[in-house]
Amino acid sequence: MNVYEPSQNRNNQDSTIQAQSLNTPGVWSGFWATFKRDGLIAVRHRGEMANPIMFFLMVITMVPLGISPEKAVLAMLAPGMIWVVALLATLLSLDGLFRSDFEDGSLEQLLMSPQPLYFQVLAKVSVHWLVTGLPLTIMAPLLGVMLSLPSAGFAPLLASLLLGTACLSLIGSIGAALTVALRKGGLLLSLIIMPLYTPVLIFGASAVNSAVEGFPIGGQLAVLGAFLAVSIILAPLAAAGALRISVNG
Amino acid sequence: MTDLTFQFENLSEFMLMAGHGPYVWACYLITAVALIYLACAPLIKRRALFAELQRQARIESHELNKRKQASTENS
Amino acid sequence: MGWQWFHRLGSPRWFYEKTNAWIPWLALLSVALLLIGAIWGLGFAPADSKQGNSYRIIYIHVPASFLALAGYYIMAISGAVGLIWKMKLADMVMKSAAPIGAVLTFIALVTGAIWGKPTWGTWWIWDARITSMLLLFFLYLGVIALQEAFQHQATANKASAILALVGTVNIPIIYKSVDWWYTLHQPATLKFTGESPIDSSMLYPLLTMIIGFYVFFALVLLMRTRTEILQCERKTRWVKALAGGQAS
Repeated sequence: MNVYEPSQNRNNQDSTIQAQSLNTPGVWSGFWATFKRDGLIAVRHRGEMANPIMFFLMVITMVPLGISPEKAVLAMLAPGMIWVVALLATLLSLDGLFRSDFEDGSLEQLLMSPQPLYFQVLAKVSVHWLVTGLPLTIMAPLLGVMLSLPSAGFAPLLASLLLGTACLSLIGSIGAALTVALRKGGLLLSLIIMPLYTPVLIFGASAVNSAVEGFPIGGQLAVLGAFLAVSIILAPLAAAGALRISVNG
Repeated sequence: MTDLTFQFENLSEFMLMAGHGPYVWACYLITAVALIYLACAPLIKRRALFAELQRQARIESHELNKRKQASTENS
Repeated sequence: MGWQWFHRLGSPRWFYEKTNAWIPWLALLSVALLLIGAIWGLGFAPADSKQGNSYRIIYIHVPASFLALAGYYIMAISGAVGLIWKMKLADMVMKSAAPIGAVLTFIALVTGAIWGKPTWGTWWIWDARITSMLLLFFLYLGVIALQEAFQHQATANKASAILALVGTVNIPIIYKSVDWWYTLHQPATLKFTGESPIDSSMLYPLLTMIIGFYVFFALVLLMRTRTEILQCERKTRWVKALAGGQAS
């Protein structure tokens, strides 16, 4: 029996099943669709990509101005300062994660689509990380040089920030989802998310500090990896629930 | 149980606590204030709520009476 | 039959009227326990060999810390119940627990800091316990702030429930991380209760205070929840009747 011809017999099951397998999109197609869309938007607003990086650079510049330009002092502060400022830069950029979609109604459309929301959120957060966390990570060695970071710290800085900024984007998406419907959601977002960021900060900064002092950092990186794994699984779930509440409430 | 003896010579010793008095008493005082606040806050809120509801009830009955009077005058 | 009380809890009015009788007993019990425990700990427990009399702050600091953590879990669990079973009463309990827990965390922080002065000579020290308490305080403030930010009460409750649950998952992680961080930076660990087991003459007043604080928490949570019920149901006849009865 040819699938494309209307079936002669009453029982159309065979042809319908065939048709369904051709038309139903897979679970990841929603992910890629959202990923490509958000990526395109980010590329079209290339200027906005520079904001977290400039913030990073400027605040790090204030450290020697505000504290001391002495090499020894800066070297001691460098790992923690770079990590803290990277954290702040991520926080600042999180507000825009869902807000523009919320304001023009496309978030509601996303919620109503038959695709699981988990993958949509994961796609948005991935683009956010590629546009914010990854550039911050790449910038970090330059800032390490500016803050006299000892040479042993550079590779650990990259590794810890690579894993850590991904965690920060994921955890931050929960806060962004909770506050997207609020007018002045930005500051509240920072308030909510900061305590949840502390474990990532502790292990990330400690990885760089330990490496500078000459200790192995496999443990810290493993913990960061574990945080990332748990965040990938759980954070989009919480964010999806929060999005439904924010949009429907 | 263990024997319960008062650990200080007299009341002024109790207050001073061998130099640690200000710290200990400051803690207990702050805690007492905080706990009293926690206990009183719902009571004050309740009283304010009831006062507001009574005020509304008075206004409503006033309006009702005025409307009754107006209807009896007209009929 | 066993689940009937659970379904009755769906009615805030039933809960309000049922708990009318509990308040005086809880008040009596908590005040008695707290007074007995405080006087016992202040005047009748022996002074500590290392810290002298300043250790008596333990009788407030430790119970407050326990309640601060327990309060967060109570808040999160009632939030989850409200989210899953859509029970208004559970949402009200969650909303009421937040400020109580925040105040208790504040007490724990302040007493911990004041205790540090005679013990270690400084008003603030970044040790594992105080830092974890501080982060717990921020978690509370976040939930309270989120509650206040929404205009629609139902949305506020659902959002705070999610935040409280996310915080609950994170609390052990935060505590462990801060603990680990502290071991990196402090070679000589000085714990508040010390490595040696606490003497029974000091333990009993401490237990009294802990139980007293728990009962007090239950009392204040109940009072706040009842006021919240009145506030939410203020347009109903039974609440208006209650308010009217106060006039006489």
